[in-house]
Amino acid sequence: MGSETYHEPLELISEKTKNLHRGIVSLMEELEAIDWYQQRADACSDDELKRVLLHNRNEEIEHAVMTLEWIRRSHQHFDRQLRTYLFSAGPITGIEERAEGESAEAATPATRSGGCLDVGSLKGGS
Amino acid sequence: MDLLKRHLAPILPEAWAQIDDEARRVLKLALAGRKVVDFDGPHGWEHAALNVGRLVLHEKELVEGVRVGTRVVQPLIEIRAPFTLDVLEIDSVGRGAKELDLEPVVEVSERVARAEDDAIFNGSSEAGIRGIIESSPHPPVELPIDPAGYPRAIVEALEVLREAAVAGPYGLVLGPRWYKQVSEASEDGYPIRKRIERQIIDGPLVWASSVEGAVLLSLRGGDFTLTVGQDLSIGYAAHDREKVELYLTESFTFRVHDGAAAVYLKPPLVV
Repeated sequence: MGSETYHEPLELISEKTKNLHRGIVSLMEELEAIDWYQQRADACSDDELKRVLLHNRNEEIEHAVMTLEWIRRSHQHFDRQLRTYLFSAGPITGIEERAEGESAEAATPATRSGGCLDVGSLKGGS
Repeated sequence: MDLLKRHLAPILPEAWAQIDDEARRVLKLALAGRKVVDFDGPHGWEHAALNVGRLVLHEKELVEGVRVGTRVVQPLIEIRAPFTLDVLEIDSVGRGAKELDLEPVVEVSERVARAEDDAIFNGSSEAGIRGIIESSPHPPVELPIDPAGYPRAIVEALEVLREAAVAGPYGLVLGPRWYKQVSEASEDGYPIRKRIERQIIDGPLVWASSVEGAVLLSLRGGDFTLTVGQDLSIGYAAHDREKVELYLTESFTFRVHDGAAAVYLKPPLVV
């Protein structure tokens, strides 16, 4: 089996959800590796090894971001949230307040998605 | 910019929720192409065209010794289907009504699903879209008059795909009449549909309002892509005291990358 972390019978999970699971698990693994390399580099007393560890950490960051981009392209709500929060300035919690304030001002709760019905892909039973 | 202008509509939040839910429910049921082709997007209203990676060279040089080519793009089309709701009826949700009469929402959702699927399967020269059926290089397989013969025709189509080295899984898209026939027919008491699903293809049977006959196609991915700018959305157009006019809209285009991944099963001449 590709993953030991499925929580429902495989026959009940769509192919789209299985692929999303693969993406999420991969992202988790990359983030964990970044954390490990960072800690090891901090603790390392050999300068040459420290440089290698930091290089490897940066490679893992690239892998994590590539995987995150795949998730964004594959999941509309990730896409929406990333577009709201990434590459912003100012207090992060303020972005949420601003985003919700704008939608409350411009629309009703039922239109918070901006009117998009979020139909997306229906391939693979999703 | 909020192109949909929903905040201008005299519609209560609970009514908006019911309208959106009903449209979503019907669209997911009626859309056929999205069940079998790759989906790229949604990229938003700003996404205007698809890069097709081609260059058309001009005859005339810009200056002597400098040739010019124009990049080829496939523009997205915007579709918009208006519908009208009764203000008194949708206001009744504020008086505790749980189920609104949303027949216009059902009707417009079916109409828009048919339009999107028509572009995907049959193409549209005005929209610059080549459909799956016309892009298939394989001679069509003729469906027999008797639905009991459908399995044999589907096996024949499957062999065409296999000979063309098109891997599965495979899905079968059927027009309404043919879907009904497949669902109702049986041979020696065994349902034809079960035979097709369990013994012949390994993908879904999909109902499609825009298909005359059927299409067998590979679901392996990479052969057909629906590119969506603004995904299906409901916007506001106008209102008076009694009626509110809304519309269902989206922007999209469709590309066939390998037409050989589909075989058309055309209806018999006499039905």
